[in-house]
Amino acid sequence: MSIRLRLDKPWRPLSAEEAAGLPGQLGVYQIADTAGTILYIGQAGARSPFGLRSELQRELQDRGTGHQFRIEVNMQYRSRWFELLMVYKADHGSLPADNAKNPPPLGRLSPA
Amino acid sequence: MDFEPSEEQQLLIDQVRRFVREEIIPLEAGLDPDASELEPADHARLVEKTKAMGLFGIDIPKEYGGPDIDIVTRVLLAIEMAQHRAGLYVPCYGTFGGAGLAQIFEANADQKERYLYPTLRGEKKAFFGLTEPSGGSDPARAIQTRAERKDNGWVLNGAKIFISNADRAQYGIVFARTDASKGRAGITCFLIDSDTPGFHVRRVVHTLRSSHYATELEFKDCWVSDHQVLGEVNKGFAVANDRLTRQRIPYAAGCIGVAIAAHEMAIEWAKMRSTFGEKLANRQAVQWMLVDNEIDIRTAKHFTLEAAEKARRGLPFRIEASIAKLTASEGGGRVVDRSMQIHGGMGMTKDLPLERWYREMRIRRVGEGPSEVQRMVIAREILGSNLR
Repeated sequence: MSIRLRLDKPWRPLSAEEAAGLPGQLGVYQIADTAGTILYIGQAGARSPFGLRSELQRELQDRGTGHQFRIEVNMQYRSRWFELLMVYKADHGSLPADNAKNPPPLGRLSPA
Repeated sequence: MDFEPSEEQQLLIDQVRRFVREEIIPLEAGLDPDASELEPADHARLVEKTKAMGLFGIDIPKEYGGPDIDIVTRVLLAIEMAQHRAGLYVPCYGTFGGAGLAQIFEANADQKERYLYPTLRGEKKAFFGLTEPSGGSDPARAIQTRAERKDNGWVLNGAKIFISNADRAQYGIVFARTDASKGRAGITCFLIDSDTPGFHVRRVVHTLRSSHYATELEFKDCWVSDHQVLGEVNKGFAVANDRLTRQRIPYAAGCIGVAIAAHEMAIEWAKMRSTFGEKLANRQAVQWMLVDNEIDIRTAKHFTLEAAEKARRGLPFRIEASIAKLTASEGGGRVVDRSMQIHGGMGMTKDLPLERWYREMRIRRVGEGPSEVQRMVIAREILGSNLR
């Protein structure tokens, strides 16, 4: 059985309160605008002091309010991050706007 | 057989050891602990250094422009190249270059122009498409992907799994069944361009290696011409088998390199760390673990160099390669495990490379033929091939 390809959890408002309540674990996340357009797919790696919590607190500080997010706790944060980026690219033809500014080396995926 | 490095070999070993310690490990300290890639600028700079060292493309045969280093020396250097956090699967982050897949050297002149030379120039990358959802250890029977004759070519249908780099490669070497009635004598090897209609990389397969992923492939009415047959029709299994045997020697060397690095860390820690008023190094329980590490490393190194030496002399080395792969992957796993135990809680953290080595080393008991297949190869050799 394979894990779900796309991150389809409900969006949560990116606020100080929400971010502070996040686990300090490794994983991946998505940031979207209020309309639900994904702007960025990120990862919380082992260099993040408090994992997902640190990364989303940083995102809030950089972006300000008016955004949404969703997370996935995942020890395979790097391969999952690559996967989410490739799936997004396969679905939309390009990367999320903020990933496209500094794209990582990616392969091609054509999910069924 | 004398496995003491010659003066020339020792110079090369020292050169690579310095490169790992002075160039790779400092850069690695700034990367994610699971990273498998350097920043492009760092990679390019280090490639220039390995070229200046005369060691770039170390596995490329001399007639194709390689530095003409024998397999025993390459094993000794591979042991050094693996001694850093990412070293088991990405020794020195690929800055010593690669030779591509061994089978591509069997290509005809036209195929060499289209695939081999661009690969050696670093313009093309390849994937190796052998394992299928139906099994990987017994490819001769497990291969269900079939290729059928059509329009002066072949139509492939089927699936592959645990295939590395298929999403980034420009082409792949793919094995398919061309004669269902002939078992291993009914398999053919094809060169498949990644943009061929009907070729799909369907999903990422996540494993213990967060740093890197495998993929699952689908071939759906994927037509290729006769020009894409590598070698002869129905003789693909020999091509696969030869590669699998040869690959076991450097595979073992990587395990030994990581085991040495873990062991050295454990020795340092045991000399430094005190518990209950005594250095760990003074405790018999720890001493014995370190002794067992030493024995595992020496055993694996001996068998791996023996296999390499036989290969260098042009002697049969199938059984030796299996013993090398078996002792290095199993012994290496034990060494990393003991070294983690000696480090206690710190050994479990991502602050140290041990946890990554532990995860990745576990895969080594399965990859390139699991331990049980290696034992089967050895058993057949000592009991006779007709054993059933």
